[in-house]
Amino acid sequence: MEEMTGAAILMECLKREGVDVVFGYPGGAVLDLYHEMRNHPELHHVLVRHEQGAAHAADGYARASGKVGCCIATSGPGATNTVTGIATAFADSIPLVVITGQVHTHLIGNDAFQEVDIVGITRPCTKHNYLLKDLTQLPRIIREAFHLARSGRPGPVLIDFPKDLMTRKTKLVWPEEVRMRTYNPTYRPNLNQLRRVADLVCKAESPVVIAGGGVISSDASQVLRYFVSTYQIPVTCTLMGLGAISTLDPLYIGMLGMHGTYTANKAVSNADLILAIGCRFDDRVTGRLDKFGKKAKIVHIDIDPTSIRKNVEVDVPVVGHIYPAIQELNEILATKLANDPIDFKEKHQSWLDVMYGWKKAHPLYYRTPGEALRPQQVLEAVRYILNDEYIITTEVGQNQMWAAQFLAFKEPRTLITSGGLGTMGYGLPAAIGAQIAFPDKTVIDVAGDASIQMNIQELMTAVANKLPVKILILNNQYMGMVRQWQEFFYEKNYAHTSMEMQPDFVKLAEAYGAEGYRIKTNEDLKTVLPKALTSKNCAVIDVVVEREENVYPMVPAGASLDDMLLV
Amino acid sequence: MRRVLSILVENEPGVLSRVAGLFSGRGFNIESLNVAPTLEEGVSHMTVTTYGDEQIIEQIIKQLRKLVIVIKVVDFIEHVHVEREMMLVKVNAEETKREEILRIVDIFRCKVVDVSINEFTIEATGTYDKLQAILNLLSRFGIKEVARTGTVALKRAMQLD
Repeated sequence: MEEMTGAAILMECLKREGVDVVFGYPGGAVLDLYHEMRNHPELHHVLVRHEQGAAHAADGYARASGKVGCCIATSGPGATNTVTGIATAFADSIPLVVITGQVHTHLIGNDAFQEVDIVGITRPCTKHNYLLKDLTQLPRIIREAFHLARSGRPGPVLIDFPKDLMTRKTKLVWPEEVRMRTYNPTYRPNLNQLRRVADLVCKAESPVVIAGGGVISSDASQVLRYFVSTYQIPVTCTLMGLGAISTLDPLYIGMLGMHGTYTANKAVSNADLILAIGCRFDDRVTGRLDKFGKKAKIVHIDIDPTSIRKNVEVDVPVVGHIYPAIQELNEILATKLANDPIDFKEKHQSWLDVMYGWKKAHPLYYRTPGEALRPQQVLEAVRYILNDEYIITTEVGQNQMWAAQFLAFKEPRTLITSGGLGTMGYGLPAAIGAQIAFPDKTVIDVAGDASIQMNIQELMTAVANKLPVKILILNNQYMGMVRQWQEFFYEKNYAHTSMEMQPDFVKLAEAYGAEGYRIKTNEDLKTVLPKALTSKNCAVIDVVVEREENVYPMVPAGASLDDMLLV
Repeated sequence: MRRVLSILVENEPGVLSRVAGLFSGRGFNIESLNVAPTLEEGVSHMTVTTYGDEQIIEQIIKQLRKLVIVIKVVDFIEHVHVEREMMLVKVNAEETKREEILRIVDIFRCKVVDVSINEFTIEATGTYDKLQAILNLLSRFGIKEVARTGTVALKRAMQLD
């Protein structure tokens, strides 16, 4: 067997792990990796303009495709720039492998040029991380890294690669299987627990399913859809779970939580059975904990044991992968009901009627006084123009919540958003990653005028790679969500949230070589927006909207879920 | 409630900071932490004394098990076990007080391991409570310094059903 350089071994191992695209930015400590890339033309490298963009783009790629995202950054500042991206992926359980350059082995700990202890820095925001010390271990580490990233509760893994080991040579010994005595996530759930769940499903009069991001990441959407339609159970999704069932499905009752629908929040507060599937009861979802789901038996299915009983007391915990869990549950119920069938449609009709009544009385709603466009109507226009066929990424804030509320998501992996960490500047690079995964789909970054400026440099990445990403800026010249909180809870003291001083986004787009559009009126929505959204090029659409529009409903932080501020 | 956890970990660099970082990052308490190699190569044994309500302890154990370098976590509350800690105490020991201090040393089966004109250094071994009792008794003489190992523990060979 021929000896190979560390750089060549890395490239070869990445390919064996199925990586076909890496997002990255060169620098001193990774020069050897970049030098080696000429021998691996099939490994598509996307040059970003900031390492944070590389991590977010890899993350967007992972969320859209279901594969592990991969990115490369140099040591020191290159590595620290990825940290926000890693923490974003960690908070949302997104499989990512991040490779950072490190200074020469003999310089580690010497405060060398561009040295940081990135393994130390990222310890709390990675699923696991490695500092490579022995080159012969590289193939094992890469296998473990990808295995850890994609299995169990997925997450980011970082490999720190000292520069001297990139040029050192050794033989590539590929471990056929990953053996880790300390890592063995529970895949198949306990059947006795599932039987208890089945009993509860049969007994419940007013059940509700909360579908979280785990349904998406475990590709369990189909089995879940079968489950809820067969047993006629209304479904609410967390932000991360949107698309788990089609938001157009009659059983769908809207998003749950702080900006969830009236129906969803009421349903969870009044249900007698809550089936929480692949969610982790974030504070934005539960509202005041001691009032959460008080009338219900709570079933919690999740692959991560730490998610269970972390925030909410549950009656039936089920640890396991969502796909086999729901599949087994479907089978258990089918067997159980074979001899003793229940007409769930009839049994749940009065509960479903209650849902229908709530939906009708308090739909998602906005007013349209005056001339200014409302952000919600802009999103409705997007739906109409594209017939709900798109992949949406979002920035963070009002834009994100309106996107979650007013767009439709028919399939999983069509909403890509930073839910857990709430990272402004996420949407554009994530859209780039999603567009690379799906070159033919319409990918739209629903943005705010504040968020978009946090990673605006990635416009150049989109243009340079001829990616027809659409950036829809809902421009209210504010950090809208922060301003909303200031309006409600800080005496309308809009301290430093005004974004009146801002670039001309149309000219900015043109400066980057993208198309720029401005939309101000209803007429523009009909004439300009369709043209912009169907352009073959990267386009920035600057939509001037009502400045002080708010996101409703809103459950104030610390209030109980059914204590909503309505329009 | 005080709990003693035994954690078997891969003996590799950074392990201590992964475990300690988990406690600090999530706001869990560490009363004492002790690490040492085991007979098995590449495996270290940590004993952590912590406290919290049932829900917190459950989270601590689950979070520890989630760490990739953790092989096994044992909660000693589920087992009959032996628990010991060693302590060195430097205490004021003027001529007139020596007799009394030595009596305490004798009663608690401690050892005097260093003597100077005005001081004794006493080695004591026992459970956490016993060491607290010794400190209480010695405090009126004036304790100058204390060094403690933190608790270590092992399951008893014979477990009650």
